[in-house]
Amino acid sequence: MLRWLLRRAAAGVVLVWLVATATFFLVAATPGNITQHIESQRLTPEARARWRRDFGLDQPLPLRYARWLAAVGRGDLGHSWLHHRRVAVILGETLPRTLILASLGLALEILGGIAVALVQIRRPHGVLDRLLSTTTLTAYALPTFWIGLLLVYVFAYRLPLFPPSHMLSPAGEMASGWPRMLDLAHHLVLPAVTIGLTGMGAVARYLRGSLLDERLEHYVLAARARGCSAARAMWVHALPNALLPLVTLVGLSLPFLVSGSLVIEVVFAWPGMGRAMYEAALARDVPLLMGGTLVATIAVVVGNFVADILYTVIDPRIRR
Amino acid sequence: MKPALPLRAASPRHITGLLVVAFLAAASLVGPAFTPDPTEILDPRHGALLPPGTTATYLRTTSGVVVAVSHVVRRGDVVTALRGGTEVSFPAHEVAALERRLHLLGTDALGRDVLSRLLHGGRVSLAVGASALALALCIGVAAGMAAGWRGGLVDALLMRLVDGLLAIPMIFLLLLLAVVFRPSLGTLVLVLAFSAWMGVARLVRAQVLSLKEREFVLAARAMGAGSLRIALTHLLPNTATPLAQDAALRLGDLILVEASLSFLGLGVPPPYPSWGSMVAEGQEVLLTAWWLTVVPGAAVAATVIGAALVADGLSEVARGSHR
Repeated sequence: MLRWLLRRAAAGVVLVWLVATATFFLVAATPGNITQHIESQRLTPEARARWRRDFGLDQPLPLRYARWLAAVGRGDLGHSWLHHRRVAVILGETLPRTLILASLGLALEILGGIAVALVQIRRPHGVLDRLLSTTTLTAYALPTFWIGLLLVYVFAYRLPLFPPSHMLSPAGEMASGWPRMLDLAHHLVLPAVTIGLTGMGAVARYLRGSLLDERLEHYVLAARARGCSAARAMWVHALPNALLPLVTLVGLSLPFLVSGSLVIEVVFAWPGMGRAMYEAALARDVPLLMGGTLVATIAVVVGNFVADILYTVIDPRIRR
Repeated sequence: MKPALPLRAASPRHITGLLVVAFLAAASLVGPAFTPDPTEILDPRHGALLPPGTTATYLRTTSGVVVAVSHVVRRGDVVTALRGGTEVSFPAHEVAALERRLHLLGTDALGRDVLSRLLHGGRVSLAVGASALALALCIGVAAGMAAGWRGGLVDALLMRLVDGLLAIPMIFLLLLLAVVFRPSLGTLVLVLAFSAWMGVARLVRAQVLSLKEREFVLAARAMGAGSLRIALTHLLPNTATPLAQDAALRLGDLILVEASLSFLGLGVPPPYPSWGSMVAEGQEVLLTAWWLTVVPGAAVAATVIGAALVADGLSEVARGSHR
């Protein structure tokens, strides 16, 4: 068990290293970017030479790679060209905001998916089941940015119930404690619901199939034979087992959650990591993009690792 | 034994999905031949943001200026008309043409015909999605076959690569790629295919692993067939149904990713319309012209739903034929 966990952790570290290396060589193999950036500035030849030296462009590639890797290992991701600040500082500021939004969205997605699947399973192949099946399929097919825009149009402009963008209002920015939290929660509603709506389709479809299978298992029949009510057999016996694979599903869907919340952050002007990455892409800010890709990969690897551990904790059958 | 006719096992839902995708593809393929140029800007002042179903009259002067007008009257040598509420007049000899155009889906913020842009955008979105899918299938099938058939080190290396790539949040890599390579249709297809082949490889590998133990493979081997021949004539046809089902779902996903990238301005470069970039353009005028946002997004959704229904149908067909 411990060996298995260690192997998984080592694989994660190797993966992060591979992604870091891939991004480095992707950028280094096309040195046009940094060179272009330097050439585009109005600089004296001396200043230009100094910049090239500062970026290490006068050094051979393997040495540059070794230095860069050592710096990344120390947590130094370089300086953003756009903000003229340390990449690590920018990411440290924006990542928590993304995590708030993404985790709330994920919670809504899972709870919503479970609720829909439980309603569907009450009468499989009935009218309500088929209606909800079509609904979840549609929810899966809707582009996230589009559903976000429609929600803004309806619930921020036609019925001004929620703010259309940003994380805090100017008043909330000044406040602290509860009023600030309330303002934050108010701003969270639309983007989190957007993530939840587009994600819950997959959860519901998966769980419905899984519950349909579990219902026919012998242990459910045995529970019914012992005098369990149908509802109790479903809730206490079948549901926990059907929920198990969901842990892995959620772990696997983390990359999509990260990607999805990037688009959502752009639509709702949410000042998180995704939006910072988007602005970095538009401004061709390579150091920030490289750092962001690395941090997002680490987040996903850690998330998957946690999902694996959780799975072994809640399902004793796979403990080795 | 003849394979069962797929349509018999499919339900009306699945036929609907097939029809939706076929209709959108056909409309995008043929439609642009009958609609005006989607990049043509007629009258950005008075011909912009016309609601769906508007018929507009355009007056073209000999010097090439186009204006949207109404109530055109000719009095002797002078043509007078209303342009945005004020009366304007032109010397009759300067008027080159009067055109009436029906804008079935209205016009956008620059006065371009939305239906025309939607069809052209569909052509771009579907073509990019389909090409990326084709490329992803080629890479994925080759990698999956190699991993499943060869096993051992090849299998281990390929599958670790697949696991690793699947764990990367692709959109970040796509952003980085879009910055390093200037966006063009070609790089977009490459980048999308690169982000999608891993799932195909996993699926094919699993299929090959079970197929290669079957007697017909042993028989082919005994008759002296080489690995490539077995892979192409024995393994590939037998993975066709699950592969087709996976491909249908994947096409929807690719179209969604393309739409997201184009929405972010990192996909199909302007002035070519794509469904994603049309939503982004519509977003600017969401409050005054919501249909500019709704229509292209609905087109994306319809395509993805259609593809998912087709995938659903294919899986039911597969189950039916195994019974």
